[in-house]
Amino acid sequence: MNGFGRFIPLLIVVVLVGVFLSVMMSDRNPKEIKSVMIGKPVPTFEIPNLFDGQSALTDARLRSGKPVIVNFFASWCLPCRAEHENLVTLASGYTVDVIGIAYKDDPEASRDFLDELGNPYAAAGVDRDGRLAIDWGVSGVPETFLIDGEGVIRYRHWGPIVGDSLRVQLLPQLEELQ
Amino acid sequence: MLRWFGSILIVVTLSITVFAVAVDDKPLKDPVKEAMARALMKEIRCLVCQNQSIEDSNADLARDLRQIVRERISLGDSPDNVRAYLVDRYGDWVLLEPPVNTSTYLLWGSPFLLLLLVAYGVMRSRREQAGPAPLSSEEQEKLNAILREGDGK
Repeated sequence: MNGFGRFIPLLIVVVLVGVFLSVMMSDRNPKEIKSVMIGKPVPTFEIPNLFDGQSALTDARLRSGKPVIVNFFASWCLPCRAEHENLVTLASGYTVDVIGIAYKDDPEASRDFLDELGNPYAAAGVDRDGRLAIDWGVSGVPETFLIDGEGVIRYRHWGPIVGDSLRVQLLPQLEELQ
Repeated sequence: MLRWFGSILIVVTLSITVFAVAVDDKPLKDPVKEAMARALMKEIRCLVCQNQSIEDSNADLARDLRQIVRERISLGDSPDNVRAYLVDRYGDWVLLEPPVNTSTYLLWGSPFLLLLLVAYGVMRSRREQAGPAPLSSEEQEKLNAILREGDGK
């Protein structure tokens, strides 16, 4: 082995250690797949309102000129229960409307869920067969989207908003839009 | 004991296959379209279980996606249209076989890169085995002079 060749194994080890460290340090979730919906306008939809006697929820509600947050949830979903407190904080403490979409849930059960834990939603719709969620590229609940005033999806939070993800991830994105 | 264990294994394996087939969705009436839809389902990733196709998966979302595939095929969509519909929502990730595009050149090219690297390594080690290069005429003369000097002693 000549002069440079001798250092190749060392170089490989250093590069690998670098790669492993950077992946370990980042809070990347390997199960999370980047949403292709970001940068696209919200899908057109019209779904029944979760609260009887109110008009249907449509995509027009998401083009109000102000950023809104759309949260897919279900009463049967435990992680949704875990993040709910953060949604209540978000709705009461920040000037943003949170829109709930009940995914594959009995409306009665969704309403009970909100009665029990508090209702952070400025409006809520029912996606009984989960078709709307598929149009949004949702793979499970909870998932939360940040929509700008023109109805374009700007950010998606995959999984529950727990721990410091509200402060570190969602809020900075929201502030950037406001 | 071993035989007993073996038969349990067989029963378990069989029941897994039965599970995979016994999905509660309705096949299309047109056998050609059903076959087309089934072939397509094998290419679509179940996004909840991730390394299964929606054809193999029992997940709720996989069932919904199978239903969508059947619906679209029965309405006359081509498999390409259905693929595009799903990629629009879930990205290339939803396809079990990644398409060749700018973000996957490295992925598809890596076997060839590896091959090149190995070829390079083999060539190098061969050159080393061939031993040092023969002496140049100048060096040979020098060597002769040294040898002669040694003889003179």
